Amino acid sequence: MSGPEPVAELRDVTRVYRMGSHEVRALDGLSFTFRKGEYWSIMGSSGSGKSTLLNLLGCIDRATSGSYKVRGQEVGGLDDDELSELRSREIGFVFQSYNLIPQLDVLENILVPLFYQDDPPADGEERARMLAERVGLGARLGHRPMELSGGQQQRVAIARALVNDPAIVLADEATGNLDSKTALEILALFDELHAEGKTILLVTHEAKIGERAERTLRLRDGRIDEVVENRAGLTAAGGGA
Amino acid sequence: MRSASLLGTVRLGWNSLLLHKLRSVLTTLGVLFGVSSVIAMLAIGEGASEEAQEQIRKLGSRNVILRSVKPPEDLVRGAESSRVSSYGLTAFDHQRVAQTFPGVRRAVPVRQLQQEVRLHDRVLNPRVLATVPEYVDVTGRPLSEGRFISAEDQQRFTNVCVLGYEVARHLAPFESPLGKRIKIGADYFTCVGVLLPRVPLGTDQPAPGADVTGEVFLPLETAKRWFGEIQVKIRSGSREMEEVQLHEIIAECESDEAVPLVAAASREMLARNHTQQDYEVVVPLEQLLRAQETKRIFTIVLSSIAAISLLVGGIGIMNVMLATVTERTREIGIRRALGAKKRHIVTQFLVETVVLSIGGGLLGIALGLLIPIGVEYWANMRTIVTPTAPILAFVISAGIGIVFGLYPAWRAANMDPVEALRHE
Repeated sequence: MSGPEPVAELRDVTRVYRMGSHEVRALDGLSFTFRKGEYWSIMGSSGSGKSTLLNLLGCIDRATSGSYKVRGQEVGGLDDDELSELRSREIGFVFQSYNLIPQLDVLENILVPLFYQDDPPADGEERARMLAERVGLGARLGHRPMELSGGQQQRVAIARALVNDPAIVLADEATGNLDSKTALEILALFDELHAEGKTILLVTHEAKIGERAERTLRLRDGRIDEVVENRAGLTAAGGGA
Repeated sequence: MRSASLLGTVRLGWNSLLLHKLRSVLTTLGVLFGVSSVIAMLAIGEGASEEAQEQIRKLGSRNVILRSVKPPEDLVRGAESSRVSSYGLTAFDHQRVAQTFPGVRRAVPVRQLQQEVRLHDRVLNPRVLATVPEYVDVTGRPLSEGRFISAEDQQRFTNVCVLGYEVARHLAPFESPLGKRIKIGADYFTCVGVLLPRVPLGTDQPAPGADVTGEVFLPLETAKRWFGEIQVKIRSGSREMEEVQLHEIIAECESDEAVPLVAAASREMLARNHTQQDYEVVVPLEQLLRAQETKRIFTIVLSSIAAISLLVGGIGIMNVMLATVTERTREIGIRRALGAKKRHIVTQFLVETVVLSIGGGLLGIALGLLIPIGVEYWANMRTIVTPTAPILAFVISAGIGIVFGLYPAWRAANMDPVEALRHE
């Protein structure tokens, strides 16, 4: 495959869980490359391995065997500190239940990934303010998560996922807790971010949402089942931009 | 840009604690009471021992005091044959101590008389002590006005007396007693001096019926002439006579080193010359050493009690922190996913525990400093807060935070991020 620079390369990745006496192969020899600026949805029934893939891509889990490179850097040999540093620099997480830290206000929540970097950028706070503005929460920087609606919290979480200018944004059922109207707003925001050139991976089990992405990677039993080009996603992206 | 600086982490910890105000406050109580009891108990202990040591020092740490003790009734020589019981130190004992003991600078004999003291219509039953001019030097008692007994008084058997402060105040509350003629027993003595107040010498019980403890001093020779050697004690319905030559011999030593030698020599001499145990040898220096030993034990006991209460406080903190870690598993997962390293998580929880324990420690110091003030005011006890006590307490409370926070923090840091994120 040629095209833009690869940001996440999986080579023959296997992840085996030991459940008592028997083993479960959550991922089974999976190879795939995600490139800069792509907008993927990852779909599959429960047990297909999509959560495991997300955890591996997000560097909070390690492959049992195989190679995984983030922006060309091999992840396998990193120790816990190096892996954490990699997360704080290259990964943006958006969770289903927002997962903001309750005792921090909006601005502080957005800044958390930078807070843990070994050498944080000098303009971090400025960047966080801009991102808060970008997701439409510029006026609520001092609010605590409890004081925000679900949609607003997810916007904060998206700003947080972007503050470190990550290689990939991983969104795990990011609209799962939202009503359909708010969910559409969030999806529109993803479309905009895609149009701005961000690399986005959207894990979902809802076909309608999965179709919003440029392409869909469908998993089954820890292997790639099919890769689908979504015209609807392209149209939506065009409409949102 | 704020990075994971210590200040930022402390602020973060503080915010987390504010999220559960009541729990945080309750958690600090253990350390609070532990620390305050350390400080208060040390202050009270220090005060009590200081007071004891000061009394002993006033007795004169270079003095060895030989004292007459009335033996049990049935052992008193001649108690059945005659009505006069005879016991105690003799003039002969005094001579030996004063003249033959090496290391003794001088020895002062003291006789105690049972006499009523009266000026006009005011009556007292103080300790009437017959002694020699050197008494004030040996015991280090300063005069408030006038003079003490002189050598001339002794030679000429003059009828003079010196009043203790309390006695003077009671007998002549509105004027100076100097020159007044004080009736002691059946005779009149001119007051020539008044001493400054101090703690009463020794531990002799005051004469029965005395409403004010105090002392009146007479020249020894004058007292012998007027009151004789035999004293009559009148107890409810019965008359009791006893013969005691000297009640006390205060031997002043030339140096601290000589004190134990003189004490040993006195004991040996008295054991040889007295057929019954009608004496005791009091060595303030020995008492001082004993008091210091007692103080040491006292301090150890108090410290252990305080240490236990601090331990309990620490365990309380650990318990709460373990609960907090479990409760915040998800937050830990989020932070780890967003790039927090293990040490960040350790620091975060450790800081929270240390903030709790130091907060409790500081409040405990405040309370611990207030308790001694209250004790002084209401219980009328002396307390001394040494500067080391609060510092020690503070260091201990911070240490407790670290020691008891380490395990919960370690547990938090070693959670699997994936598992932690899944935690509800």
